[in-house]
Amino acid sequence: MATLPATKSRSPHNWAGWLGAVLRRPTQPYIHPYLGGLLLGLVLFAAFFFTGNGLGASGGLNRYLVFIEDLLAPGHVDQTPYLLKMAGGDKNPLDDWVVLVVAGALLGGFTAGWLNGRLKIETVKGPQISVRTRWLMAFLGGAIMGYGARLARGCTSGLALSGGAVLSTGAWVFMLAIFGGAYLLAYFVRKLWL
Amino acid sequence: MLFPLPQLQATSASNPWSYVVFLVIGFAFGYVLEIAGFGNSRKLAAQFYFTEMTVLKVMFGAIITAMVLIFVSVGLGWLNYSQVYVNTTYLWPMLLGGLIMGVGFVIGGFCPGTSLVGLVTGKIDALFFVLGVLAGIFAFGETEWSFDYWWQNSGYLGRFTLMDWLNLPIGVIVTAIVAMALFMFWGAEQLERRFGRRDLTREPKLRLLGGAAVLAAALAVVVIGSPSFEQKYARVAPAQDAALANREVQIVPAELFHTLNDDGLQVVLLDIRGETDYNLFHLRGARRLPLDQLGTIVPELLAHTAPNRVVVVLDNDETAATAAWKVLVAEAIPNVYILEGGLNNWLATFGQDDPGIRPAVTSAVGALRYTFPAALGDRYNSAAPSVMEYEALTYEPKIHLQIQRDKTGGGCG
Repeated sequence: MATLPATKSRSPHNWAGWLGAVLRRPTQPYIHPYLGGLLLGLVLFAAFFFTGNGLGASGGLNRYLVFIEDLLAPGHVDQTPYLLKMAGGDKNPLDDWVVLVVAGALLGGFTAGWLNGRLKIETVKGPQISVRTRWLMAFLGGAIMGYGARLARGCTSGLALSGGAVLSTGAWVFMLAIFGGAYLLAYFVRKLWL
Repeated sequence: MLFPLPQLQATSASNPWSYVVFLVIGFAFGYVLEIAGFGNSRKLAAQFYFTEMTVLKVMFGAIITAMVLIFVSVGLGWLNYSQVYVNTTYLWPMLLGGLIMGVGFVIGGFCPGTSLVGLVTGKIDALFFVLGVLAGIFAFGETEWSFDYWWQNSGYLGRFTLMDWLNLPIGVIVTAIVAMALFMFWGAEQLERRFGRRDLTREPKLRLLGGAAVLAAALAVVVIGSPSFEQKYARVAPAQDAALANREVQIVPAELFHTLNDDGLQVVLLDIRGETDYNLFHLRGARRLPLDQLGTIVPELLAHTAPNRVVVVLDNDETAATAAWKVLVAEAIPNVYILEGGLNNWLATFGQDDPGIRPAVTSAVGALRYTFPAALGDRYNSAAPSVMEYEALTYEPKIHLQIQRDKTGGGCG
């Protein structure tokens, strides 16, 4: 029977090893898409049922960003109409439900990744492109999406999913437009993914 | 108990539980996105090359699940649809924004929600995507002023549901969407078989049962329908009937007069009388809307909710106004009041400004008790009495604004 030297387990190197061992768990497969849809639908229903609000993501990111802008340049925020609505004067842009939903989603995503052994620092990309190209495209796609989401007043979660479930006409137009835009361009950027 | 719970409709420091609830909802949201594989950009992008239709299956699966549960709850009277946030329709910004997002989706491989999950599970591409989203949002905030008018007005339709657009009952719409989704799932599986070499015989049979269950629930919505106004009012009746009986919601002419002249308040005057009486005399700015057409203004009032908006129902007396008040209250419209004693009482207070308006003897309920020299509508002095003259009127204020959630911040907005 081996005894562990007590001094060694206190060293910083071993703490990192211990943390790695806790975080590293056997990798589980993803759940079936229909089960995923059912569970996501139950979460969405619970959100609407108890609070009258759906889910959201880009709105929350928007508010975190405006919070930082308000710290750095409050004068500028007070003069920009779009930012004024969230952070003008003594308004706190973080005082909104969607800010908490985003914080919760970060925690929930991390927990799910941890429990299912999918925490891994990596770059997911198509086989034909370099890691740097993928990063550049991710940033570019993100910027386009961020701009489009604010223009449409919602993203895939807050407008297409939430608005779709409560039968908002604008949400359905938006949803068809997303799929339309993506399928129209997909062929021309196939090298990114296939 | 009636849902959604008023104390959970917005975060509030006075109710710390509201923070916990939204955090828990967000946690479940992030958890489910991750286990469905939405933290992986290749899995998401595969949607657009027909090899793996996970995005479509999860998204439409979630929409139809939530939708049938929501509308069964609405039909059974557990959930008040008027208090559920329905994303306001701005047609052209939404169409254009959607196309732009589609482009961003296929280039970047995420949407904002899924990129958060990718980020916290260590995907470096998700980190770059999130930074990109923040850059895009920043750029929007800095450029929005240049097209503000278009963005605020183009294709604006308010709270405009598919039922309003297609003029069909909820049940029919819900069933049609479920049928469409199930057809799309079938199509998606065929595409996966063709492009993704997926063996459909190994798919769980349970999915057929699930599809049948959702379709059955949608058909149940057709049968249950949506609650009538009487059913909706019955749910709030105890408290609201008490407010009526205690005369908490009937405001005297002097209070209405002061409210109309208060620049800090937006007043919507709904005149529910017939055309003849309205043409004879009405308050300046009053909108004529007969009782049986009152439902048509409900979506507009719900879409434009502002914390400082007051709705006042006007009648010759109070009888029909009380019925109209009940309709609006049943639809959960905040800050609705009745003019006490109706326009007859208004004329008793302000009518001396118009020597031509004379008291008439009538015993009919709901009739104007004045005669008019001509049908001048709002061109009488008493239709908009002088602020100088009546400044000193005193009354016991009854209007008490309910604080509502900020509708401009709904959903991703």
